[in-house]
Amino acid sequence: MEIPYTISSRPDTGLWNAKVGIWLFLASEVMLFGGLFSAYIFLRLDAAPGMWPHGLLNVPVGAFNTAILILSSVTVVLAWASLKMRRYNAYWWWMLVSILCGIIFLVVKLGYEWPQKFEHFGALIKPEALAKYEKYLGNERRTEKGLEPRIEITGHLHNPEALNDPNAKEYEIGLDPVYTDPDNPTNDRPHFFYLPPTDKIGTIEKADVERITTFGPWHNNYFATYFTITGLHGLHVLGGVLVFIYMWLPVSRKIYQRNPEHLANRVEVCGLFWHFVDLVWIFVFPLFYLL
Amino acid sequence: MNNPPDIAQDPAEHEEYAHGVHQHVMRYVLVGCILLFFTGVTVWLSYIDFGAFFSWLFHIHIAPSHGGQLNIAVAMILAAIKVSLVVLVFMHLAAEKRLIYRILIFTIVFVLGLFWLTYLAWYNPIVR
Repeated sequence: MEIPYTISSRPDTGLWNAKVGIWLFLASEVMLFGGLFSAYIFLRLDAAPGMWPHGLLNVPVGAFNTAILILSSVTVVLAWASLKMRRYNAYWWWMLVSILCGIIFLVVKLGYEWPQKFEHFGALIKPEALAKYEKYLGNERRTEKGLEPRIEITGHLHNPEALNDPNAKEYEIGLDPVYTDPDNPTNDRPHFFYLPPTDKIGTIEKADVERITTFGPWHNNYFATYFTITGLHGLHVLGGVLVFIYMWLPVSRKIYQRNPEHLANRVEVCGLFWHFVDLVWIFVFPLFYLL
Repeated sequence: MNNPPDIAQDPAEHEEYAHGVHQHVMRYVLVGCILLFFTGVTVWLSYIDFGAFFSWLFHIHIAPSHGGQLNIAVAMILAAIKVSLVVLVFMHLAAEKRLIYRILIFTIVFVLGLFWLTYLAWYNPIVR
């Protein structure tokens, strides 16, 4: 069976069919991500003072991944342009670069950024006990300056066995740099470079802790939306990479030999999807990493 | 690697896009560079305290919490510029058929409706 309108345009729409199809699909994708971003906005607006963390993600790494995605968007569109100019070799190389960019993005995300979060602990202090930990939190000065209070102490948990041990009385946390020098004005705003937990141990009584967990989606609304949106975005990157690999494999050569325009249209359609994935990330990066 | 040779084009076909596509390639590379540049600018601007900056510029008092909102506004304006570039140039929306624009108008209406529903849930007009 011959599928109609893969190359020539349908008289009533003025477009080949796949193009209408992909735009309808992208419209539904806008709704999917739109709903999640609207959840982000309203959860953030309603966050109690101090409950929306800042500066917990690694900005240079996020910026690197942003650059990688932008680069891959350029290479995909160049791959398409190469097909339009009937240069299969150039297409093959641009496609390979795009695939590698997608894989690098996923490796950075899943191999570096996410695992780090599952090793980092945050202890939410009970409101009545906050004053006790003033030396770590520096809230007197923050209130004076009109800044949001700090309500949790984060870092590397040195005695994870205390989590499940009813006899353990306190947690020993290798403090994040902010809590070793809370009154330093440079700590009022997030740092550009990631600063790992220090060797300085902060002891926190178990009775004063409302909740202690790793920086997983269960930690707070910020991490819940972060993992949901970047997770869904990552799945899209994975899907895009798989389709790119299919377009790059020898099977594409057969389509090209039969009708080069057919392959060009297919690549244009996956390109449109890929640009959309890039577009989502352009919002994700400032919303989660910078603001 | 055993790729087919570059196919010589039908002259009429060639006339139609080969010339145009070649010019476009430069445009795509340029837009890519602009996007990378704007990413750097976004990162840089996020470390500037716009609340403090505008208080100084206009001699007014801006609370730190409102200063943060100014930073969000600046970052979102930059993101909107970047997204427009991607959509107009990479996704060819600068010159597309009417049907696509119609689909997108409906999408915008529906996504704004979705935001509005979430807003209603947040604002809770019935209880208020």
